[in-house]
Order: sequence, then structure tokens, then C-alpha cells
Amino acid sequence: MKKTALLIALTAAISASAANAAGVSVSFACDSTGNGFNECKKGTDAWAAKTGNSVKLLQVPVDTGDRLALYQQQLGAKSSDVDVYMIDVVWPGIIGNSLLDLSKSVPAAQLASYFPAIVKNNTYDGKLVGVPWFTDGGLLYYRTDLMEKYGYKAAPTTWTELQAMATKIQAGERAANAKFTGFVFQGKNYEGLTCDALEWVASHGGGSIVDPTGKVTINNPQAVAAIKTIGSFVGTISPEAVTTYAEEDARNVFQSGSAAFMRNWPYAYALGQSADSPVKGKIGVAALPSGEGGKSTATLGGWQLGVNAYSKHPKEAADLVAYLTSSAEQKRRAISGSYSPTIPALYKDADVLKAAPFFGSLFNALSNASARPATATKGKYNQVSNAFASAVYNVLTKKQTAEAALAGAQAQITRIKGRGF
Amino acid sequence: MAISTGSVSRPRRRAGIETTRARTAMWLLLPTVIVLALVAGYPLLRTIYLSFTDAPLNSNSGPTTFIGFDNYLFKGEDGTWTGLLVDPVWWTAVWNTVKFSVVSVVLETLLGLMFAMVINSKIKGRGLLRTAILVPWAIPTVVSAQMWAWMYQDNLGVISQWGRSLGLLEAGQSFLSKTDTALWALVAVDVWKTAPFMALLLLAGLQGIPADMYEAAEVDGASKLRQFFRLTLPLLTPALLVALVFRTLDALRVFDMPFVVKQYAQETMTMSIYARQNLIDFGTLGYGSAVSLLIFLIIMVFTVIYVTSLRVRFD
Repeated sequence: MKKTALLIALTAAISASAANAAGVSVSFACDSTGNGFNECKKGTDAWAAKTGNSVKLLQVPVDTGDRLALYQQQLGAKSSDVDVYMIDVVWPGIIGNSLLDLSKSVPAAQLASYFPAIVKNNTYDGKLVGVPWFTDGGLLYYRTDLMEKYGYKAAPTTWTELQAMATKIQAGERAANAKFTGFVFQGKNYEGLTCDALEWVASHGGGSIVDPTGKVTINNPQAVAAIKTIGSFVGTISPEAVTTYAEEDARNVFQSGSAAFMRNWPYAYALGQSADSPVKGKIGVAALPSGEGGKSTATLGGWQLGVNAYSKHPKEAADLVAYLTSSAEQKRRAISGSYSPTIPALYKDADVLKAAPFFGSLFNALSNASARPATATKGKYNQVSNAFASAVYNVLTKKQTAEAALAGAQAQITRIKGRGF
Repeated sequence: MAISTGSVSRPRRRAGIETTRARTAMWLLLPTVIVLALVAGYPLLRTIYLSFTDAPLNSNSGPTTFIGFDNYLFKGEDGTWTGLLVDPVWWTAVWNTVKFSVVSVVLETLLGLMFAMVINSKIKGRGLLRTAILVPWAIPTVVSAQMWAWMYQDNLGVISQWGRSLGLLEAGQSFLSKTDTALWALVAVDVWKTAPFMALLLLAGLQGIPADMYEAAEVDGASKLRQFFRLTLPLLTPALLVALVFRTLDALRVFDMPFVVKQYAQETMTMSIYARQNLIDFGTLGYGSAVSLLIFLIIMVFTVIYVTSLRVRFD
């Protein structure tokens, strides 16, 4: 009798440990921008150690447009290769129908702690297709040492001020470094330009390309003034080649010490302050400048975690998502990688503020954030975004005037809209 | 069908060894024909079909309806024409591709011929040279394209530095950022990458020319230049034409290198990049298929011109 009990106990123990060792392998298409891959790995390693499952991290394209293209093909083919996707804030309308509803998989308290606007954005057809992971907003980076050298006390608050300061600093610094430039941003013809240009337009009071009711509004005097102002930067305080820059190109120039100001997302802060960075300890962060008749605004970016509807391990995948989006993991990522949390309470956390002091101003920027018109334009968002970015690109490369380009964009987006978005 | 022809032909079995041979040949060819129909014929037919529909890429997002020629040309309610045939971006892409192909193929042919002649001559270190010349061609295109993009970068790139020292560029400019030089900067990358391939094809042609012909020419007192124009070039023509056709068709559907370097910038957009933008990024499978079909037709026109005007023989 005793022997039998022992045998049963032993068998149970062995089978339990065997099940543990086997676990389930969850594949995860995470991040690759900046230090993204390594930060993903730290989080998934912790989850794997806790649950006994394993995570296969995939290398994904750096460019968000390329990522979407790849994921659309996989989901369109109903592929189960990837279980968890990191999805952009503008994607729920495009790929939402291939993602699982996660509202039941994440603890209710955790769900209630997020920014409500992001949860609303990620809800597609009544399903929560993405759990907010980190949020993003455009920020103005500046060099504190150069500000001091040229006698400036505070970061510029208007685009005109930025232009004046950048002109002076650039003229002074060119003596020692012929490649020095005043202001870098994302000017390549891609989704990043839509984000940057939306900030220019919205900060001049020029609306958001397409308004929430679906009316095309891009051709207005404030928008023209905004694009005109920034267009005049190219070739003066911004290099002409800014029209080939994405996020990492701008960061490389700024981080190598060759630029006074940069528009970028929060991730650039931690990298700029890392041990091997030439500008370590010389970086300041502020809200983006405003234009005449407008107020400072940041384009709302950010990434969510979604589970593939065709996944073979939806339960484990959802568990991984719940773990990574928890307050504890978001806090770790905020401290280690300056990823801005989707939980308002973390912006008041002392440890987080110590590691990333600019989160205070970021919180204000996020409160005034402009969302890209993804909800209003639904599945046609990419076409609308491309029409807008191409028009702005034509102004930056001096092929068209701001008036002509935006009138063209208005006509083209109206045509894309057709009978409705 | 097969049985009835069999029974009919039986009485005249002696009629011809030719018929039997033809039938054997047909059976031997059948697998190839079936494979071709599956991998080339079906996709082509399906693309043609899709180009007349409004099919979306994401099959979950709605039904597909037949819309006739609306993807190509379509009169809107306000009387304006829209569609592929009147899209200025498409025609920019076509024009870019043609310019890119013609210039890069001409340069590659000239350079390739020079390389091939050098490798073919009996000089010291020939084996090493042969290997070295193939390096650019052996690097995966995406890798070399990214490498060149960094070399062209205005602030940190080495080519921009040279450009500045030569006075061709000002600070903050790069050959890629200037809209009038961007396409030629890409042609340079393509020439760097593909001239070795051209050299390889032409080298094969050169080695097929018997050495005794040159000896005879030498005896007759023909100069080296005369030997090249009277002997080498005419005998190399078949190989040269095949190489030209290969490269032209290849260049006309170029996608990877310009996409990695400049993505959707209109001044360097090629036909294939335009097709991908519509097929994948915009998810409009129907319209994208119409684009693909037009690309197919344009490339076919080039092939027909080559084959008829130059009488290229592929045997």
C-alpha cells in the first residue's frame, strides 16, 4: 500500500516535471528599433522562467510600414507561425479582424489602470485586439551644453524660436564641425513623416488631416503655414538630406554630436544617455514647439500586444501578453529602456522619474496628443497617410509649394475616400 | 480521347516512325507543361482575373466584386478620370524604371566587357582577380544596398565626404537626397553590383572563341584594335545579346535595391515598388494586380523588340 502511494507520487512528480520541461513555445514578433530586441528579451526571459514555457523572439523589420506589410501577409494567409504581435497604434483598424479579443485575458484591475484613450483606440468591433504596452509621443531633444554656450536658458516654445536658436548655434558650431546642423527630424517619405508633419500642422491649429467624422480637412491656411515654415528649415537649419532620415538616422546624427535639436520618440533618451554615447549627460527633453495660433502637440504613437487569431497556443500567448503589459514589467522597461508606460500612475513613480526625468513633461505632451486619423479612415488609413506624407515630402524636397501640395493631397484623399472610408 | 486515337492509328502503324516519335515526345514533355501551367500559367491567369476585381489583400475584410476595367480607367461621378492609366505616380515609376534600366545596362555591358577581357587575358594573378571581381555580386542585395545607403549618408557617409571635398556637395546634402541625382546614385550601386555578373556571362563567350583565329590574324598583321572589332566583337555578339536580354529584363523589374535605399520616394520609385505599395501597403489586391499585369505587358514589349530586331537566339 505504502509502496503504491510512493509509486503514484513519484509518477506524478516525474510527469509534472516533464510537462514543465516541455512547456509550450510561443513565438513573438517584438521590436527592433534601438535597443528594442534586448528589452523584449529581458521581459520574455522572465516570463519563461516563471511559467516554464519558452519564447521564440523573431527579428522584425525596423520600418513600421515593412512590419505591417509582413504581418498583413502572414495574417492574410491565416498563418499560425507567430503567436504574439507587437502592433502599432494605427493598426487595429487594419488587422484587427485577425486578432483575438483579450479583454478577458487581462486582469480587470490591470485593464482599468491604462490610459482610457489607448484602450478605446485598441478596441475593434467591440473586441480588445491589443493590450497597451508602451505609448509614444514626439518630443524635442536638445543639447544642454550648447544651450548654455550660446546663452539660452530654456528650450524653444515656438517654431520661430527654434529656428532662431538653431540658426545661431549652427553658425557657431560650423567653425569646428563643418557637418554640424541645427535641427533633425524624420523627413523620409514614410509613416514617420506623417507623424512629424501632423505635429507641425496640429501645433498651428491646422487639424488632423481627416476629422473624426471622416471629413477631409488638410487643405487649410494654418496647415499651409505649418508646412511652409518647416519646409523653409530644410537646407538652412536642417540638412537637405533630412528627406532621407527615419528615426535611427536622425538619432545617429544627434547622438554623434552633430545636431543641436532633434524631434524623436522617447526611446532615443535612454540610448543618448548610455555609457558610450558622445552626448551623455548633455541631453535635455522638452515638449515640441507650437506654431502661431496653436499649442504644442505630440503625435500619439505607441505599441500594443495582440494575439494572432490563428495561434496554436492562444492561452499561453495571452498569458505572456498579460505579463508583459503588467505594471511591474512596464516599470522595469521604463527604467531600463525609457519606454513610456501606458499606465498614468507610473508617471508619478519616484524610481521611474529618477531614471527618466523627462517623463513629467512627456505626460503633459501625451495629454495634448494628436491621434493620427486611423479610426476615421479605417482600412484606407495607409493610403491617406501616404498621400499626406508624399505631399509634405514634395514640399521638403522643393518640388512643390505648400499650397499646391496640400491642395493636391486634399483632392487625392477625397478620391481615396470615394463613397466613404 | 487517348484510347480512340490509339485504336484509329493502329491499322496504319507502319505509317510513320515520325508519328510515334512525336507521341513519345509529347508524353515526355507533358510533366514540364503541367509544371509550367501550375507555376506560371495559373498565377498569370489569376492575376489577370484579379485585376478586374476590387479584391482586398486581407481576405477577411469583405467580398470581392467584378468591376471590369475600373482599376485601369474609371470615370468618377464628378466627370474626372481616375485609375491606373491616368495616375501620374505610375507613369513617373515607369519612366524612372526605363531610365534606370537603359543607363545601368549600357554601363554594365561596357564595364563587364572590359572586366571580361582583362580576366581572359593571360596576366599574373588572374585567378585571384576573377574571384575578387565576383565579390559584389555574391553579397546579398539587401546587405549591399544598406551598406551603400550608409556610405551615401550625408553626415557620416564616406561618399558624401568625397562629394564635399570635390565641391559637388554642400554640408547636409547627399547624392541620394538631391532629387536630380538620386536615381543616378542608385544606378551606380546597380552597376557596381551587376557588372561582375555581366563579366561572367561575357567571359564564357570569350572563351568560346578559338585561339587559332587570333594567331591567324596575328600572322596577317592585324592590330590588336582591329582584332577586337573584326574578330572578338562579331564572335561575341550571340553571348552579348543573351546577356543584354537577361540584364534588361532583370533591370526592368528591379525592386530590392531602390526600395532598401529610398523606399517610396517618388523620384526613385520603380514599377515594382509601385506595385508592392498598392498590393501590400494599401492592401488593394485588385488594383495591384492591374499594376502587375501592366508591368508584365511592358516587359513583354521589350522582349519582343529584342527578339525580333536583334534575332537573339537562345539555343
